Amino acid sequence: MDTFIQLTVDALTLGSVYALIALGYTLVYGVLKLLNFAHGDVFMVGSFIGYGALQLLGGTSSPNVPTWALLTLITLAAMAGCAVLGVAIERFAYRPLRDAPRIAPLISALGVSFFLANSMQLLFGATPRNYDTFSLSNGALYFKGFDIGNVRVPLLRIITVCAAFALMIALWFLVNRTRTGKAMRATSFDREAAAMMGIDIDRVIVFTFVLGSALAGAAGVMFALRVPTQVSIGFIAGLKGFTAAVIGGIGSIPGAMAGGLILGFAESYTQGYISTKWSDLVVFSILIGFMIFRPQGLLGRADIRKV
Amino acid sequence: MSDSTPHGSQIPAEGPAVGQDEWVARHAERRLLRQGPLGQLQERLSRVPWWASLVLFVAALSLLPAVESSGYVRRVAFDTVLYMLLALGLNVVVGWGGLLDLGYVAFYGIGAYAYALLDSDKFGVHFPTIVSVPLVVVIGAVVGFLLGLPSRRLTGDYLAIVTLFFLQLFQTLMTNGDSAFGHNLTGGPNGILNVDPFHLFGHSLVVQHQGVFSVSYYYVAIAFFVLVFVALRFVNRSRTGRAWRSLREDPLAAESMGMPVNWLKLMSFSFGAATAAFTGTLFAALNASVFPLTFYFVLLITVYTMVILGGSGSQAGVVAGALIISPLLEMLRDTDKSRVIFYVALVGGVALAFRFSRLLGIVAGATLAFGFAVHEVARAFDHSWVAGEKASGFPGVTAHWVVVPAKLATWIPPTTYIGLIAATLVLTMVRGRLRLVLLVPTLYLAAFVWENVMLAKPEPARFIILGLILIALMILRPNGLLGERRVEIV
Repeated sequence: MDTFIQLTVDALTLGSVYALIALGYTLVYGVLKLLNFAHGDVFMVGSFIGYGALQLLGGTSSPNVPTWALLTLITLAAMAGCAVLGVAIERFAYRPLRDAPRIAPLISALGVSFFLANSMQLLFGATPRNYDTFSLSNGALYFKGFDIGNVRVPLLRIITVCAAFALMIALWFLVNRTRTGKAMRATSFDREAAAMMGIDIDRVIVFTFVLGSALAGAAGVMFALRVPTQVSIGFIAGLKGFTAAVIGGIGSIPGAMAGGLILGFAESYTQGYISTKWSDLVVFSILIGFMIFRPQGLLGRADIRKV
Repeated sequence: MSDSTPHGSQIPAEGPAVGQDEWVARHAERRLLRQGPLGQLQERLSRVPWWASLVLFVAALSLLPAVESSGYVRRVAFDTVLYMLLALGLNVVVGWGGLLDLGYVAFYGIGAYAYALLDSDKFGVHFPTIVSVPLVVVIGAVVGFLLGLPSRRLTGDYLAIVTLFFLQLFQTLMTNGDSAFGHNLTGGPNGILNVDPFHLFGHSLVVQHQGVFSVSYYYVAIAFFVLVFVALRFVNRSRTGRAWRSLREDPLAAESMGMPVNWLKLMSFSFGAATAAFTGTLFAALNASVFPLTFYFVLLITVYTMVILGGSGSQAGVVAGALIISPLLEMLRDTDKSRVIFYVALVGGVALAFRFSRLLGIVAGATLAFGFAVHEVARAFDHSWVAGEKASGFPGVTAHWVVVPAKLATWIPPTTYIGLIAATLVLTMVRGRLRLVLLVPTLYLAAFVWENVMLAKPEPARFIILGLILIALMILRPNGLLGERRVEIV
């Protein structure tokens, strides 16, 4: 029972990180019908920006600001940095290819992903960067928290999960309750028709990249608060986020959240009860299962092909 | 692909009339292009039958060991032939089928591992080469078919994710296969060692002859190459090949013409997988060992760059792509050679951009002057800023121009590198005189970053260049060097 609670808490943290990455995929896919392969690497860059900001603020052992401000500031720094990166990627790698055959931006995206990963490798090397959250205010983030049975749920986990859900709810409001969100939904529904109604498509697309990349940046920091970050995490995290988006139904925002959580639970329980080695296999089986039985995903709509 | 719906494509102003094929409409234009000495040469070349070009090419490849006795060069030539084979296989899926298969190199790995399991001391099985190689090809084709099955209903994007995940899964399985249900199947991260060499016509092929890379494997690789090239060419010219291309251009139209779209997709997958597996046997036999990490994302991007650079859809093109990229990557490992490549590319790129006009002289002069000025200022300030230079050989030429500090502060590489990227991006956005003014410091910054940051770490630097080639190609010339011009559907 204790293991189960432990694993569930872990699954929630992991799942909310995956959900945040999946949201980035889903948002971009919604408006551009493009799988942004570079998204995983934007996530990785975000975790590094967070690390850099942490060092600038004095590191975890002697921070210049209170703990809550420290966590907020590094997350905001990562979100802002990733947003700029996402806009640059859209402007220079995807926009020239908007009317090209479908396969062209996908290959360009592969190139961007490879370029980002190796640039980070060039500049910062392959050594893992540890945020070392344990030394923040004498380990309060780990020792405080509440108990379920014999299991202590650390404060850090609670903060991470709550922050992730707050971001998701904010996103939901933004997309469903604001003018900009309405423009995004219209663009995603039919780009040409939206343009004819006076919506500035370029601006909507840029805004979508800002949103998606900022979420990836936040996810990067949340991931790195849990385990040390390194350059190679971009590929795997991107693949998982991508899978989560497909499972939930690509293009659907609640779907991406559900997909991320499903993936988090599947991975966490497999690692806890079966073996740490085979979690990829389980996730792949889930993906194949969805491809065969429900290709549109949990909450996605079946694609109607126009001739 | 499928999304070239009427409102998705823009009709160019001087384009063909509605209902007229672009190829037909541009016929007269192409005739004009072929006049003049260069055009006539092109015309002559295009009339050389394909088999004659192939014979000439293969003859040139085969003569290489005769003129070059260095084992290193021979080894690079062998690797290049392997890359050509891989590019030919990927061309079937991407170029002809129009499917984005990101698990391609996993089939290469499957071929290598299957051969290693069939011919090594691992399980004590030693099949004759003449049996095991065809068997491996069949295994590759079948696995390709099976992977295609769940993806057959899906559009390009889903196929991409399933195949990419398949590549990751292949990694996981091979790395953790040393403890699958208590059995050691794949040797895990340590791979499989002591794989048998090829045994053909009563001889075991040796890799090294008196310490030098032996030519036997090289000739076997060339034989493989001819076999695959000719076989795939015939497939492409067949009914199936035509069907693939129509599938690539418009799956919906192909389907409504009664073509078995799913079956065609699966076939193109299988053909690609079989070619990769075939190449894998050669790889495993030559290296006498296989490791999981060989078959990963880096190799995938390398082969993709070759196919895209050469021109997907054209066999000659993808071979040319492999012929360019493979030696290029090899030369970039070496500091001196990669320095020469960099400056040649920089000067050539600028020269081409200005088409040898008067502006070229101005920019070149200004860049040189700017460099010398910065160098002098830096030296006047602190001699250690320019102390990291070597004065002999080719670096000596650039030594008085580029600032190379004896020791780089940690903040310099990220700042200058990101600054260079930002400056390049800004350059593409500004026009006119401002662009010229900005170009000069950007060129100098590029040289600085190259000398100080990139040369220090050749491994990521090579791959950064690969990624850049891929992005630039997609934007500037998506059909590559020799690719088929896609007929735009108006």
